[in-house]
Amino acid sequence: MANLLFYLFAALTVGFAFAVVFNKNTVNAALCLLLSLIGVAGVFALLDALLLSVLLILVYAGAVVALFLFIVMLLNPQAASPKPYKKISAAAGTIAAALLGLGLWSFVSHGELSSAPATAVFQSGLKDYGAKLFTTYLLPVEVVGFLLLIAMLGVIVLSKKFEGLEDVK
Amino acid sequence: MTIGLNEFLILSALLFAVGFFGVLVRKNTLVIYMCLELMLVASTIALVAFSRFNGILDGNVFVFFILTVAAAEVAVGLAIIVALFRKRGTVQVDQLNALKN
Repeated sequence: MANLLFYLFAALTVGFAFAVVFNKNTVNAALCLLLSLIGVAGVFALLDALLLSVLLILVYAGAVVALFLFIVMLLNPQAASPKPYKKISAAAGTIAAALLGLGLWSFVSHGELSSAPATAVFQSGLKDYGAKLFTTYLLPVEVVGFLLLIAMLGVIVLSKKFEGLEDVK
Repeated sequence: MTIGLNEFLILSALLFAVGFFGVLVRKNTLVIYMCLELMLVASTIALVAFSRFNGILDGNVFVFFILTVAAAEVAVGLAIIVALFRKRGTVQVDQLNALKN
């Protein structure tokens, strides 16, 4: 059963990832990204990371994809060009991605990874996250909070009209 | 055959390669950005899988931070794309060649 679910979610993830790459319509690409992320959330659930799978849906579906759709519709890029990619860059991209994928795959399949089954009991409740986040990882939590503040300020500055700056031509 | 660590890592590698392919091939900045997100998520699958198969929570906590940073990164990145569009009127990378020549 778990095997079947794994293959289902893996197929969902990779299939819709390909759909993101090959879709000519940007809105469709964003929706395919959403479906792909739902597959990833399923994989997380299979790995007993239920909190992360819920968070992934919340953060990505609720914020990131919504933001993408918002920006796509705001910019409305002039009717997606008939050819979304050049032939030469498609060939180069295929070769590069194939090399990278092959390298990673051979690293994974020939590496000295222990094939021991996962431990039966895995503590991944909200309480365990809280205990980790507020003891061992207290400083990173503070830093990430600061990062969010800086990002917010950065977005406000970037969204202002740039007046007095001459156009770069 | 039971699903082990290798299957999850292969899925992660495959998703990363697909995202990388998209980044190299596409011309629309927004789609390139979506493919970058795919690469980021692919790396988190590897982290969660390692964490699960080692029986420790640290990898999951890292993914927690990665999600936070990804949200901030998307907000800033899209703001940059909007500023770029206002300035140049396009988001196609082959038309953004002000530094060429």
